Amino acid sequence: MTTATSTSVVVETEVGVPPERAFEVFTSGMETWWDPQHHLSDAPVVRMEVQPFVGGRIVDHASDGTTCAWSRVLAWEPPARFVFSWDIDLRWQLEPDPSRTSEIEVTFTAVSPDRTRVVLTHRHLDRHGEGWEAMATAVGSGWSLDAYAAATA
Amino acid sequence: MLDALGDPTRRAVFERVAAGPCAVTEIADGLPVSRSAVSQHLRVLKEAGLVRDTAVGTRRVYRVDPGALATLRAYVDAFWTRSLADFAAAAERPAAPPSTTDHPPTEESS
Repeated sequence: MTTATSTSVVVETEVGVPPERAFEVFTSGMETWWDPQHHLSDAPVVRMEVQPFVGGRIVDHASDGTTCAWSRVLAWEPPARFVFSWDIDLRWQLEPDPSRTSEIEVTFTAVSPDRTRVVLTHRHLDRHGEGWEAMATAVGSGWSLDAYAAATA
Repeated sequence: MLDALGDPTRRAVFERVAAGPCAVTEIADGLPVSRSAVSQHLRVLKEAGLVRDTAVGTRRVYRVDPGALATLRAYVDAFWTRSLADFAAAAERPAAPPSTTDHPPTEESS
């Protein structure tokens, strides 16, 4: 039997702001922290719009005026919880079949009035099937762990 | 399996292998660790199903396991680890004023 953890990834961090602010930056300011190399658009993405309700979409707005809706909002519970789908295949292109998409749950929990623990779970990765290597190729330097090293130094 | 990537040096070894097939000496040349240490890390990565090795002449060449879910997980793990670090920095940055200026950020000593 497959355990849940074998098809998911959990990453945590702690930020020096209250949950309300953490939730806001995560959902309203995605373009301020999202890796600019990880987009489906050809042109640079200038804004990542999160439609703030269940059933809403996450829409990338590129500098050439094109848009790309690459995710569905599955849970919208500010400031505690946000769940969205990953409608991207392993070649880093839109995946139209929901049964072949994974999902990301993010929880924001106050550990003190000014600190928030953020736990991100990317689950159902097995739904993408095999062929991750194309993904790594498609996004070029996706393996750089510099930020990780800096964060853990 | 991702515990195999919990060690920063081992992650660096894995990153190097992910960049292209390579031998132990090539990995060791790019890292401040000994060949035997690299070999140890490779053994753990191999046991976790993240890399596989083949004999090429007298050398043993390592590459990532292309079909392994573990490797997709490693990729996603690296992506989110990096993104959450950037997110944390963005969240803790004071709210920017509406207009941008050309003033460079305050410099810190190296």
